[in-house]
Amino acid sequence: MKKPELLVTPHSVDSIEPLIATGADAFVLGEQRYGLRLAGEFNREDMKHAIGKAHAKGKKVYVAVNAIFHNDIANELDDYIAFVKEAGADAIIFGDPAVLMAVRAVAPDMPLHWNTETTATNYFTCNYWGQRGAVRAVLARELSMDEVIEVKENAEVAIEVQVHGMTCMFQSKRPLLGHYFEYQGKVMEIENRKEAKNMLLYDKERDNKYPIFEDQNGTHIMSPNDICIIDELAEMIEAGIDSFKIDGVLHSPEYLLEVTKLYRQAIDLCVENLEEYEEVKEELLEKIEELQPAHRPLDTGFFFKETVY
Amino acid sequence: MSTVINDTIATVIDGKRVIVKKPELLAPAGTLEKLKIAIHYGADAVYIGGQEYGLRSNAGNFTLEEMKEGVEFARKYGAKVYVTTNIYAHNENIDGLEDYLRGLQEAGVTGIIVADPLIIETCRRVAPKVEVHLSTQQSLSNWRAVQYWKEEGLHRVVLARETTSEEMREMKEKVDIEIETFIHGAMCIAYSGRCVLSNHMTARDSNRGGCCQSCRWDYDLYSLDEGNEQALFAENDSPFAMSPKDLKLVESIPKLIELGIDSLKIEGRMKSIHYIATVVSVYRKVIDTYCADPENFQIKQEWLEELEKCANRPAAPAFFEGTPGMEEQLFGVHGKKASHDFAGLVLDYDKDTGMVTLQQRNFFRPGDEVEFFGPEIENFTQTVEAIWDEKGNELDAARHPLQIVRFKTEKPVYPNNMMRKGLE
Ligand code: SF4
Repeated sequence: MKKPELLVTPHSVDSIEPLIATGADAFVLGEQRYGLRLAGEFNREDMKHAIGKAHAKGKKVYVAVNAIFHNDIANELDDYIAFVKEAGADAIIFGDPAVLMAVRAVAPDMPLHWNTETTATNYFTCNYWGQRGAVRAVLARELSMDEVIEVKENAEVAIEVQVHGMTCMFQSKRPLLGHYFEYQGKVMEIENRKEAKNMLLYDKERDNKYPIFEDQNGTHIMSPNDICIIDELAEMIEAGIDSFKIDGVLHSPEYLLEVTKLYRQAIDLCVENLEEYEEVKEELLEKIEELQPAHRPLDTGFFFKETVY
Repeated sequence: MSTVINDTIATVIDGKRVIVKKPELLAPAGTLEKLKIAIHYGADAVYIGGQEYGLRSNAGNFTLEEMKEGVEFARKYGAKVYVTTNIYAHNENIDGLEDYLRGLQEAGVTGIIVADPLIIETCRRVAPKVEVHLSTQQSLSNWRAVQYWKEEGLHRVVLARETTSEEMREMKEKVDIEIETFIHGAMCIAYSGRCVLSNHMTARDSNRGGCCQSCRWDYDLYSLDEGNEQALFAENDSPFAMSPKDLKLVESIPKLIELGIDSLKIEGRMKSIHYIATVVSVYRKVIDTYCADPENFQIKQEWLEELEKCANRPAAPAFFEGTPGMEEQLFGVHGKKASHDFAGLVLDYDKDTGMVTLQQRNFFRPGDEVEFFGPEIENFTQTVEAIWDEKGNELDAARHPLQIVRFKTEKPVYPNNMMRKGLE
């Protein structure tokens, strides 16, 4: 059986080596000007260092250029992508077709990963982007396990699935937190909290707490629970899913390190000794539960949930 | 407004500048009745939903038979019919898509409005006569992406609602493709296609039509300082809300025309025929008046007032002139009541007796002041006098929905004119 790649989102250059030591195979990084909801901010220098460190250990770095672009930044893409290429990135992650146009213009050999988050929902469309240059599709987190596997069975591109962490439920271009503080007459609050990513929306009816933050890309609202399917990997590994992602956004570097270590164990066992994996998977799950911050329950996302419309 | 951006837009006749490139006025039509009303009141095109693959699962969608009838009706007026086919499909939706699209082609629709490349490609293959328009669900907001979709052979793109007029200008300058943009109605506060609040909160897939408008609900905002939750609102503060005001670009129509935008779109397949008739007729007047004589154009107060008569939320220009501020959101309110109720639809008028035959749509009684409007007449108000039912019995009031009643009007009216009643 093929071992899927274990992909993580580091917080800083300093996280790269420890994450490699605990078992990460690849990294997603970038800067918020071009990428969405990243765990850390990597300016151009940082990116070079991170790529240097990863490549020294034979690991890969994918650069997130998956924001929704308006003309201003769309006009900068050639320059940024030329830089990313020169820095030696292993792939560019995109959602907006403007990136495809820029890559064709300045880095035609650069592999592309298609990731729009919410709209990668069927195999045909994954293959459509494949025919236009993508080598990988990152599936929407709103798919069930059966759907994920059916996509994989019919896909001509590699398939990446998020197995752990928070997911985004909503992105608005408007600064909604700033507007609320302004409405309350607390303009100072905007300045005080601009960098803080510690706010929550409380939904009384469901007793859920949704993390919310603002950045250059607007306002983002995140899921109330962290996906965790460390005990449900077998089916996807068997189906040949190519990459498992752990998203560290809004979690600490220490948390990401510990979780990466546990998934490394789970994947290795699952591939090398399925019986033993079945025996210890509950234990692995419990270990992750112990790591969870108080306000972040675990769940299995949409993998086993029915959605209607 | 006198800068000529593109000389294909205007020409000079007898020393007077007139617009030759009139944008299409595109209206929503949730049902066959709404389709007919929208076109009758001046829409150049309508968009409708089919039984599948559209985002309004509960908007009274069209069967193929109804579509055919709608297309035939539209053709008589030289109007076009587009079908929204803008879900993001899951694997299970692939089966049946080909037949569905062939059916649309056979029904004679002009185009489909699509987000998912699955549907774009399938339509090209099995229903090549149907135009493909990129839906706003793709949140298209830069010219290079517009260029991409042009190279992919799309006929038209609908822009993200986050696009500003300056951005539209640059798109129009750099890419030669039809551009459609929203001018009026409710909208997502999220980037379209990038909101799955309803998936999480109610297990309904928003990108397949299941949105429960979770963004219109109230939430409490807290911060988490070293593990302790702190309320970021005081006892009697309004809760955190992200409800946007509705979009209204009536005053920016001249600018949109000068930018060369090809289609101006009104939102609202769920809205009533009264709403559609009112909004379409106002925008029809604005577009026609401007195009006939741009130099002397002035927005009329009565047009603005007319729009208020069916507005059920405060409205604003949203992103047209830049990112909207706090004042374009609603806090502590969940809309307002329109200033008028739709009271009746004219079925017939007898010139000799001056009697209207009217289908009741809301309670009214003798003594009420009502207003008639429609494409054939100037708005007029009058007081209702004696009302009779179909059999000639005098009534104390028109109480029953769809009841047929007769009474005298002060001026001639025409079938499909509407009667509304002010609310105190
Ligand atoms: S919840 Fe609101 S923002 Fe999200 S899809 Fe529905 S209407 Fe749009």
